[in-house]
This record gives sequence, C-alpha cells and structure tokens, in this order.
Amino acid sequence: MTDTRAISLAVNGEPRRATVDVRTTLVDLLREQFRLTGTHVGCEHGVCGACTVLVDGEPVRGCLLLAVQADGRRVETVEGLTEDPAHLNALQAQFVRHHGVQCGFCTGGILMSLTAALRDNPRPTEVEIRETLAGHLCRCTGYQGMVDAVLALVAAGPAR
Amino acid sequence: MTAPASRTPEGGYIGAPIPRREDARLLTGRGTFVDDLAMPGVAHAAMVRSPHAHARVRRIEAAAALALPGVLAVVTVADIADIQKPWPARMPSPVPGTTVRHGVRHTLPRDKVRHAGEVVAAVVAESRALAEDACELVSVEYDVLPVVASPAAALAPGAPLVYEELGDNVAAHIVQRVGSPERAFAAADHTLRETFRVMRGGSHSMEGRGVVARYDEALDAFTVWDATQAPHAIRAMLAYLFDLPEHRVRVIAPPDVGGGLGPKASFYPEEALVCWLARTLRRPVKWIEDRHEHFVSAAQEREQIHTVEIAFTREGTLLALRDVFTHDIGMYGALVAPVITACTVPGPYRIPNIHSELHAVYTNLQPTGAVRGAGRPQGVLVMERMMDRMAETLGLDPAEVRARNLIPADAFPYPVGLWFRDGAPLTYDSGNYPELLRRALERADYAQARREQATLRAQGRHRGIGVAICVEGVGLGPFEGAILRLDGRGHVIVTSGAPPQGQGYQTAFAQIAADAVGVRFEDVDVVTGDTGAIPYGVGSFASRVTATAGPAILQAGGVLREKILAVGAHLLEAAPADLEIVDGAVRVRGLPDRGVPLAQVARLGNAGVAFGMVMPGGLQVGLEASAYFTPSQAGYSASAHVCILDVDADTGEVAIVRYVVGHDCGNVINPLLVEGQILGGVAHGLSNALYEEAFYDEHGQSLASSFLDYPLPSAREMPRVEMFHLTTPSPINPLGVKGAGEAGTLPVTAAVAGAVEDALRPFGVRVNRMPLSPGRISDLIHGTTRPS
Repeated sequence: MTDTRAISLAVNGEPRRATVDVRTTLVDLLREQFRLTGTHVGCEHGVCGACTVLVDGEPVRGCLLLAVQADGRRVETVEGLTEDPAHLNALQAQFVRHHGVQCGFCTGGILMSLTAALRDNPRPTEVEIRETLAGHLCRCTGYQGMVDAVLALVAAGPAR
Repeated sequence: MTAPASRTPEGGYIGAPIPRREDARLLTGRGTFVDDLAMPGVAHAAMVRSPHAHARVRRIEAAAALALPGVLAVVTVADIADIQKPWPARMPSPVPGTTVRHGVRHTLPRDKVRHAGEVVAAVVAESRALAEDACELVSVEYDVLPVVASPAAALAPGAPLVYEELGDNVAAHIVQRVGSPERAFAAADHTLRETFRVMRGGSHSMEGRGVVARYDEALDAFTVWDATQAPHAIRAMLAYLFDLPEHRVRVIAPPDVGGGLGPKASFYPEEALVCWLARTLRRPVKWIEDRHEHFVSAAQEREQIHTVEIAFTREGTLLALRDVFTHDIGMYGALVAPVITACTVPGPYRIPNIHSELHAVYTNLQPTGAVRGAGRPQGVLVMERMMDRMAETLGLDPAEVRARNLIPADAFPYPVGLWFRDGAPLTYDSGNYPELLRRALERADYAQARREQATLRAQGRHRGIGVAICVEGVGLGPFEGAILRLDGRGHVIVTSGAPPQGQGYQTAFAQIAADAVGVRFEDVDVVTGDTGAIPYGVGSFASRVTATAGPAILQAGGVLREKILAVGAHLLEAAPADLEIVDGAVRVRGLPDRGVPLAQVARLGNAGVAFGMVMPGGLQVGLEASAYFTPSQAGYSASAHVCILDVDADTGEVAIVRYVVGHDCGNVINPLLVEGQILGGVAHGLSNALYEEAFYDEHGQSLASSFLDYPLPSAREMPRVEMFHLTTPSPINPLGVKGAGEAGTLPVTAAVAGAVEDALRPFGVRVNRMPLSPGRISDLIHGTTRPS
C-alpha cells in the first residue's frame, strides 16, 4: 500500500543511500535506518523542536520533512557536532558548565538550532538567544542554563 | 572533562557544584532512551483507543486489520484472559480511620471503557506505521453511556456511575481536624470565605511513556526496558499479572529517561500488553507513546475546587482554617495528590484550629496520579490567596501579614496536627521561615518595588507584586537502598533502585559514595533503575531520592570502607586504623610509599589468593555492602517566591519583571543540580499559572490534545529567575538533606495569582481560578468593569 523511492543524501558529511516509503519522515529515516538516535521525536506535529536537524545548513523539523524531500541534500545531526564524544565542542562544553541539560531528550535539536543561529550571528544578545530557543520545548531546565551557556560562549569570544 | 572533579574547601565532594557526568553522552547524541535501544527483530505495537469517555464495548472486529500484510496480531480482552486480573489497590488512605473506595481496574476493560483514550485493543506489526494503519481497520462497536465529565457532575444526584459496584462516584471522603475550628470561627474578629479552582494539567515530559519487552522462552523470563520512574513497582505488577516469581521479571529503566514528572511512576495497560505480546509472538515488542497518546492517556493531575474559610484577629493573627475541597481523580488514580494538598494548605503558618475535608471523586476523564508538585501547588495557592485577602481586609501589606503568622525558627519539630501522605504525622523537621521570607523580600528589593508600583500605578500602568511562601513534604519513604562494591579495577560501583529522568543521580550518587568510602569521584560508577541489579527499590517521585538513596549510599559506603581497610591492613601488615585511601590506593598514613592499589585490594578481597586456597588472615570475602535507609517520616523543605509583573490591561498579557526564589532543602549535595531542579520547577509552575490547561467538553472529550491548543512556555516566556539558598539541615537523615525535585513548582501559581490581582486592584479583579491565560485575565478585567 505504500510507494517507495531510492534517495541519496549526505549525512554529517558522509554520502548515504536509502530506500524509503514515501511517507517516511526524515527523522524516522535518520533514527531507524541510519541509527542516528541522538535526534528525538517529541511531538510529531512540529512544535517541540526535539527533532530539529540541519538541511543544507538550515534548521528544519525532522518530523515535518519527508525523507524523500531530503534527497540530494546535506543533513547534519547532533552526532555530527563533534568527531569524538570525549572532546566536546565549545557550545557543548558550555552546556555542561552551565547545567543546560537535564534529561537530554530535547538537547540534540536545541544544539542544532543554536549551531545554525550562532553561525549566522556569532554574538547574539540574550533576547536573540531566547528567540532561537523559542522554537524548542524543554520541560526540565526552565531554559536558563542553556541561555547562560550561550551567553558564556559569546563572552568567550571568537577563539572558539 | 578530564580535569578531576572539584571538591569543597573541606576536601569532600558533597556540596561541590560538580558538572554532570551524564552530559557528554547526551550532548553528543549518544544517550540511550527507550526508543533508541537497538533491538533486532523487534515488532511494533500501536493501541486502539476508545473515542468515547464512557461506553460499553459490544464487539471488536479485527479481521480487516489482520489481513493487512505486515500485521502480526490484534489483541483484545478476549485474548488475554490469563493476565486479566484485577489490579491491586495502589495505596491505602494514609489518614487513620479513613478508607479509599477503589474502583477496580483491569489491563483491558472487561465491559466498558471509562475514559476517552482508554485502550481497547493492541495491534502489532512490522513497523509502527503499519500498526497504526491497522488500528484504523479495527472496528469497535460501542453503546455510548452518559458521561461524568467534571467533579461537579460526579457528585450530582443521579450521576452516571464510573464504577457501578461503588454505588456512587466518591473515591474517598477524608476529614482531618485540629483544635476546635467551630469555636474559633464563632469568636473571631474576622472571617473570610472564598472558592478557588485549579484546572487539570499534564506532565509533558518531552519523552512520552515507552516500553520494550523481550521474553526468553528457555528461562520463562521477561526483560522489560521501560521509561519508568519506578521499575520495582512495575516488576511487582508484571510478576503478579503473569504469575511469575519476581526474579523472572527484570525491569530496567534505560540509562536515559526523557523526563518523568510524575506520570511515569504509574503502571499502565500498555506495559502488560507489550509483555503479553512479546511472550505470545516470541519477538521483542516495542510501544512508544506519541504526544497525542500522552495527552489522552498518561496520568494527569491538579483539578480541584476548594471552598476555604479563615478566621483571624484584627491584628492579623490566624485563628482557624476550614478547607473543603473536591479532587478529580479521573477514572483511576490514588489519593497521593489530594492528601498532600490537604497537608500543604496550612503551610508555614501557626494555625491552631483546622478543619480539612477532602472529597475525591471518580470521573470519566483520564487517570490521575502525580504531576510535578503532586497536590502541593494547589494547597499553596489556596492558603496564599487567603493570606492576600486577609491583608486586603485589614489594610496590611501581604508580606507583613505572612510574617506575623509564620512558625518561629525555634518551634521545630513542629507538629501541624494532620496526617501526611506518608502515613506519619505532619511534623515539620526543621526550617526557618521568617528568615527565608525576610531574605526573599530583601533580594527582591520589596520596599522599593512597592514604591515603583505606586509610581507606575499613578501613570496608569498595572504592576503587581506577589509573595508566596510554602512548606513541602519531601523525601518520602518507605525506603531506598544501595549496594556498593569494589570491582576488579578498584572502582566503587554504586547500585540503587530509583532511576533518574534527568536529575543527575550518576553525579550526585558518586559524590556521596566517594565521600563515604573515601575514594575519588572518578573512581565511582553508578548503576540505577535495574531490578536485576538490586532486589528492592521504590522509585523517583515525591522529591525523595536524595533523602532516601543518599543515606543508604552513605551507610553502605562506610561499611565498604571498613572492609577495604581490613583487606588493605592484611596486605600492608598494618592496623586498619593507620590506613587511608588516597589516589586509588590504600596507604599507611604518613608513609606514602607503603600502599597497595585498590585493584589489588579488590583481587584479594573478592577472589582470594587462588582457586581452592583458604583466605589468609581470617579475612572475609566480598568487598560489598548494602543498606536500605528507612526514614521515620517525610522531611519538609520550604520556599519563598516573590513575583513582580506587569499586566497589559488591553491584551491580558503578563510580563514578568522579576522573579525571586528562596529555597531551603537542607544540606545540598550538588548546588548545580539543585538549582537546575528549582529552575525547571519554576518553569512548570509558571506554565500552570499562565498557560497550560487540559480542557474537556461535557462528553469528556479532550479539547486540548496538541501543543497548539495546550501551550507550554518557551525560553521567550520564561523570566530569568534569581535564586538563593537557606540551609536548615534535616535531622531525620544523616546527610541532613531534604528534597528539591518539585519545589520550584509549589508557590508559583500563588505568587502569580497574587501579583496579577495586585496589578489589577484598580479594576477590583478577583483571581480565584487558574491558569491565568490572557483571555481569562481580559475576561476578569472586563467582567468587573463592564458587566455583560
């Protein structure tokens, strides 16, 4: 009853191929076929932002984009932020320092939105940081640790 | 993260703000949540749920679903007779002389469904998408019954019955009394009476519920990965339903659980169904709750209607409290939240005469349980609203009225005279409420804020200031345990039952164990939430784990240290009293060259010299120790919040200008973690105060079952929270700790309600119902200025 398509895309810099049902969402492709389980599904209706990944550099809801729409495109996930989990990138390290993570379920998507936002605007104000985070729901932290993590990153300057 | 963990100036780890060891895996996408588990051959379950809140199930037709390629099974009540046992009562009434009338539930409804969203069948297929397709093909015929969709409807004469066998919809009627309230009311200078209403809400952990079960035929045993707050309780239920000894049901909360906040402490039909399916299909079966299912089937809480009266003198001294309230228990639940509410109302105040009366009622709404705060925020709202009204009546400052009635710092232990939810008398263990309030007001520049308010009001702007102070029962028993052992690498392995959902146990437990045994933080590993690893456990709820598992770790750690030193003494030919543990080795004090690595101690202490050889020197084998800590009663944390906000009278929108939190949870193991807990709690509280509300229509249909109609606050809505700690150590456990997991939520609705009413005083607005959405605030303004 379902139609399938062969697609190819780059995921965290590596070329990948897959055959997917046309109804498969991008996040299901990433999680189930590619086993990149750092991106989570929190609401399946595009509000919570846990499934956020970058497609051609821009943050998208992985639950609202079909996998076939990512054909030929460049996808980045939280697993791609650092080569080696023992060496966190500067943003991740500030999240540790400022207790920006509790259960961690929403964290992957949040890091991806912040990564894109900081690339476009490396020196955001607190209001701008909160605007970026406003695309995400977190029920554990009250967001303050995340905001402080980004502010600390900005204060540390461009050396990162 | 390779630098050693920081220590306190005294040299220990307890009290140090050590960053979490959980973070690196979560920040790199390498956490393991239940839906992340690699499970070869797994089949996927989806649930067929009743669209009706109350209906008899006449017939379920599954042929079309079964005919769909890839569908493995459709399970209905007719199939699972072997596990269709009545679920045991969750909790007796904690108040002596009172009882709970339990509505008996089964895994699948035997005759009728009692809420919209109740599971009537489960479908298993090769993929979740296929299983959901097949759910659409399962045809269920219902005879729709009249619905009880609110507590008022439940108590109306001739109301439809949620449980026919009970004869009415009353789950419990519990009266608690202190002193002679009638006499006090009759003699008082002033009395006030109000009605307050708090609406239902959910937990909305970002990860929903979820369970994966595998059945091993050779062992006749289940392994169940469950995103639960209470694996041992789940094990007990599954062992009971499947008639298995507990050791053949292993329940594991995965290393990462994406938030719990209460509802994941309950047992649900899906957990039993997934196990039954795994055994029947001889394949692992997974079910992951989606957000819509969370909205219509995970436990909720909070709906209460209070009619409260207070009596007080013209000087503003409280004489008596009478609180009669109705709690909506839904179609299934326990008395956890409402009994806590009853005990939270009196709060930090001396109230010599109390009449507390709870009516808990069944409705055809989804089950209730605890949601972060668990009955406490409602209780705080009720008392603090009355303190505000008393201040208004007497023309006194709301902070001053509170200060005049606080229990003094030298009055502990302070018996309130009620029975708490733990079945012990409500006796506050320690605290200093006057100091907590004083510092909160000072931190918020309260006097200055009042002056600014006057200036703004003169300009036609609506600034309000709300103050709320409360006491919170935490650290509930009966126990939590810990097993500590020294492994072959010389690491201390801490095993405890309650699993974390983001609280950071791997970090906090390691701090306690490192200090107890005297080893480095880095040399401690923590295992939680696995019934195969520790025989008994209770779970993560009621802000209880640090105050129960913590002392157990401390106690077992002390015993393990003695055992390690005994083996070290043998190896070093020294007296145990002359030894110390430093940098991963046992050494003779003052002789740094004379030492043995802990790994060597472990080899002798756990395995002996060699196979078949006697232990030398009369040593005992087994470098392990276990302890179960059983608190005599709950501990009592306290909070004081000050909220300063502006209301836009045109739009009804609230902008928080300042939010100050003072908190006392006794000694703090890790201030970073405690602050994180408080901040999250405040966010949840603000959400309850201003945003989220689970609406139902008169047919019991949810009218808010997506994040589009049920808003949660984002970083844009959340204010920056200013926080300070006060420390009054608890005398009821050796760590002196209390609890902080829910604290942030407690006074928020009260502080916001007080501030909004204060801001809108020129309009004469009365805030008696929460939450305060912009629409509701607008209605309040226009209801008083332009009656329609």
